[in-house]
Amino acid sequence: MTTVALIDCNNYYVSCERAFDASLNGVPVVVASNNDGCAIARSSEAKALGVKMGDPIHLIRDRLNKHGVVVRSSNYTLYGDMQRRVVAAVEEFASEVEIYSIDETFLDLEPFADRDLVDHANAMRDQVRRWTTIPTCVGIAPTKTLAKLANAAAKKNPLFDGVADLRDPVLRSWVLDRFPAGDVWGVGRATATKLAEIGITTAGQIRDMQMKQARGLGTVVLERLVAELQGVAASAVEVIEPQRRGMAVTRSFGTPVHDIETLMGAVAQYAMRAGEKLRQHGLVAGQLSVFFHTNRFKAGAGQYQGARRMALHPMTADSLELLAAARRGVEAAWRDGYAYTKAGIMLDDLVAAELRPRTLFEGDVERRDRLMTALDEVNGRFGKFTAVPAAQGFRRDWKMRAENRSPAWTTRIDEVPTVRAD
Amino acid sequence: MPPLTLHELPFEMVPLEARLLVETTPAGFPSPAQDDMDEPIDLASWLIDHPAASYVMRVAGHSMVDAGIADGDLVVVSRAVEARPGDIVVALVDGSRTMKRLRRSAGRLWLVPEAEGYDRIIVDETVEVWGVVVALARRYRR
Repeated sequence: MTTVALIDCNNYYVSCERAFDASLNGVPVVVASNNDGCAIARSSEAKALGVKMGDPIHLIRDRLNKHGVVVRSSNYTLYGDMQRRVVAAVEEFASEVEIYSIDETFLDLEPFADRDLVDHANAMRDQVRRWTTIPTCVGIAPTKTLAKLANAAAKKNPLFDGVADLRDPVLRSWVLDRFPAGDVWGVGRATATKLAEIGITTAGQIRDMQMKQARGLGTVVLERLVAELQGVAASAVEVIEPQRRGMAVTRSFGTPVHDIETLMGAVAQYAMRAGEKLRQHGLVAGQLSVFFHTNRFKAGAGQYQGARRMALHPMTADSLELLAAARRGVEAAWRDGYAYTKAGIMLDDLVAAELRPRTLFEGDVERRDRLMTALDEVNGRFGKFTAVPAAQGFRRDWKMRAENRSPAWTTRIDEVPTVRAD
Repeated sequence: MPPLTLHELPFEMVPLEARLLVETTPAGFPSPAQDDMDEPIDLASWLIDHPAASYVMRVAGHSMVDAGIADGDLVVVSRAVEARPGDIVVALVDGSRTMKRLRRSAGRLWLVPEAEGYDRIIVDETVEVWGVVVALARRYRR
């Protein structure tokens, strides 16, 4: 039995905005997507006013004005830096952390399982709040799918007071029986419809499905979900351990990505992670593939699947080389106008680093190796992605509309908050 | 050139971190200084003990000049340490970010300016101590 927790920041983008602008406290706030298109984060006050996720700002402008809703352009520089801080704050509370999205982090709590984990989680939430001002919720359970579900329960049901520990089977059943099937992590709209047709509407009913039935109905994914809901870790871990052939780092986005800059940022993270994994296993890669695609199951939406395969000469485990290759791939395959929901990179042609064929003119490999060692050390000690290349795959010529963007409060010396001495 | 001497070092003294300053000598002799290379001084790491909980802010105003903090200075504000009386703190007073010395007087906590002509503020429920000023940085010229 494993013990997994998911810590999730409440209304994350809004909470980041509020950290440095107290005038936003207590008023409805909406954060708009890139190019000020849609609402992608809402304060509880804005939710209460009926602003929905994805509402196009220009269509609800009158309503926003009438209720004095403050609209902020998304400020990923700030959100990224605050995420780094959140992850650093939770690190000592877990034996391993895995960043799932910008506001969600999975934690391995197995070594702490004999403690009162609600107290443990609350101490962790306090530390995040103290270091960053950001409020969080925590879900604890034997598997990731259940931890995700526990987190949703902790967020929705005031009974839990921010922490839901669903390791107890009776409590878990109680929650699962009340949890809509369509809200279970990994159940898409199409699957939810299929499930509803055979009378399955709760997470509890999915859990009780026969494996054969799950397989017949849909996919391996559903089968794995049944196992996960039963408390058997089927490992939805996105880092597939390197085998002889290859490894992959892929992830679905919480919110669809419309712009290349955000996608680059995500792919850069995967490249960093993949490089770290390679180095951990003493391997180098000869090929890198990068891919991204729209939601294939969403009828009516425009579909596009971008992919490129890049050769790595010389073979490498250097995160910066991987990043550069991934970046070229994304640039080559990018198409505007689609809502991308998943991206990933795959590494093939893996060999042990010492067997790597040498090339002439490969630059100062030793120096790069030392840099990578330092990078891994920093990231190992202070949290994943503490140290990332400043380039990060961002190209500044994709200018975005961002009329109400807050400053880069925490990362640019000429934009730091002012403190009044008067 | 000084002769190269070898010293015996206890294991704990062996630097565990990889050095980034590696001499590149494509064709030639390795630099005699290579093994004695050190990192350049990193002021940021000296100023900031808890990077994940520290925030840099710019001072606007003159109410702390007697404490040696001038208009335009940069301060490092830490949320990892607990504010104690005697600390210079950043506080939210009616939502406005202000910097003062935290003092205890007559059983109450006060935010006290350190310059002539500014008022002190009592710490009540409308005041939130946001962080502790742990360091100061100032440049005089470029």
